Amino acid sequence: MSTTVQEREPHAVSGGETALPIVKYNDVKKSFGDLEVLHGINLEMRPGEKIAIIGPSGSGKTTLGRMLMTLEEPTSGTIEVDGELLWHMERGGKLVRASEAHLHRMRTKIGMVFQHFNLFPHMKVIRNVTEAPRKVLGLSKEEAHERAVEMLRKVGLEDKLDVYPSKLSGGQKQRVAIARALVMRPKVMVFDEVTSALDPELVGEVLEVIKEIALEGEMAMMLITHEMDFAREVADRVIFGADGLIVEEGPPSELFENPESERLQSFLRRMN
Amino acid sequence: MNPSLWMEWAPLLWKGLVTTVQVALLSGVVALFLAVLTGICRLSKYKLIRGIAYVYVMLFRGVSLLVLLFWVYFSLPALGIEFSAISAAVLAFGLNYGAFGSEIVRSSILAVPKGQWEAALALNLTPAQRMFRIILPQAVVRMLPPINNLMIELLKATSLVSFITLADLTFQSQILRGQFFGNTIELFTIVLILYFILSSCITLVARLLERKLSAGRM
Repeated sequence: MSTTVQEREPHAVSGGETALPIVKYNDVKKSFGDLEVLHGINLEMRPGEKIAIIGPSGSGKTTLGRMLMTLEEPTSGTIEVDGELLWHMERGGKLVRASEAHLHRMRTKIGMVFQHFNLFPHMKVIRNVTEAPRKVLGLSKEEAHERAVEMLRKVGLEDKLDVYPSKLSGGQKQRVAIARALVMRPKVMVFDEVTSALDPELVGEVLEVIKEIALEGEMAMMLITHEMDFAREVADRVIFGADGLIVEEGPPSELFENPESERLQSFLRRMN
Repeated sequence: MNPSLWMEWAPLLWKGLVTTVQVALLSGVVALFLAVLTGICRLSKYKLIRGIAYVYVMLFRGVSLLVLLFWVYFSLPALGIEFSAISAAVLAFGLNYGAFGSEIVRSSILAVPKGQWEAALALNLTPAQRMFRIILPQAVVRMLPPINNLMIELLKATSLVSFITLADLTFQSQILRGQFFGNTIELFTIVLILYFILSSCITLVARLLERKLSAGRM
């Protein structure tokens, strides 16, 4: 297990910018029991960068995002967020497992939208969105309300403030979930197959909202998705992962038009 | 039934009823408190806390309630700890029913979907906020029907307090039986009905709470 942070040359991505990465995976491995699902991932995201992660089911895409949200702990390797180690901290010159306080501080920079929305069913829409700003950020009731309404307006649901989630369609639920994550103003946000649980006719409204957020630009986004057209349209860079490894990455035009690996070629053929 | 008989019984039965309600309410509060406390402790990340809660549940779920009652009331004074009859009753009932309730609380918390924990964590709520603001309010709705059962059980078990000199409803009916042995049918029918009315009150409260707490979720 490597415990030192390796200094790597930030690799040039679309445009050759070399801004400090907002997210950096360093040889990250993850096992569940005896099964290793990620075999050493190296990946960087620049601030504001939109990356799409595509690949067959079971390739470890979701695990990659869940480790960033601190829902799964890497078995080995390190993840850096905004220049700081996420799952580790230094104690007397050695890297030790991060404390809950450290994770709490780091999580302020990270947000996530889930496949199954996970709205809080006992709270009306507005409280789903104000709860964390009030309790975590310590905003006043009025401030939190104002921010929440602004976000709900952004996702087109300002008329649903006083409705319980059970009364919403899947697409509306997912838009509330997006507003709920956005309101915390994270620097990087994981979108974990956010349209996979939706009826086909509701997918569009959610993707539309995500596209708009992407256009605003400042937040980095990790889009774990099966929607190839969406990935092509929104992502600055596409990562193709299979069998626990990153097989190919590049700008969407290159990756989709001229896939190099046999693996990606056959994957894209099957998706079309 | 002869109305004059009723007039003669009413004062004693009323006094007994008040004692029964008193013991049941106080025991219920203690039991619920212990159930929630130890139910949550069973899910602590600290082994010691989990262990203590587990031992509590195993111990107090597994002993005879009547013997526990005797032990608190008759044995503890020998160790220099004395309780009034009503305190002894509340303690014994609270400990015993709290242990059963603990399992209800624990399983109801575990029944809340994992995604709720994950969403709460992703929003950076602290472990305590996750539990008390997100998970427990949802778990409570699941708890209510089995807790309702438990509280009815507790109410009926309070008749045991007549063994430690408390003049509850059952105790008073025994007194009256001695004086009116020709009217035992009427007497015990009335007492049965009184217990039934009390337990119906518990169910009513549980139903109201259930309706209020599950607002918007159906």
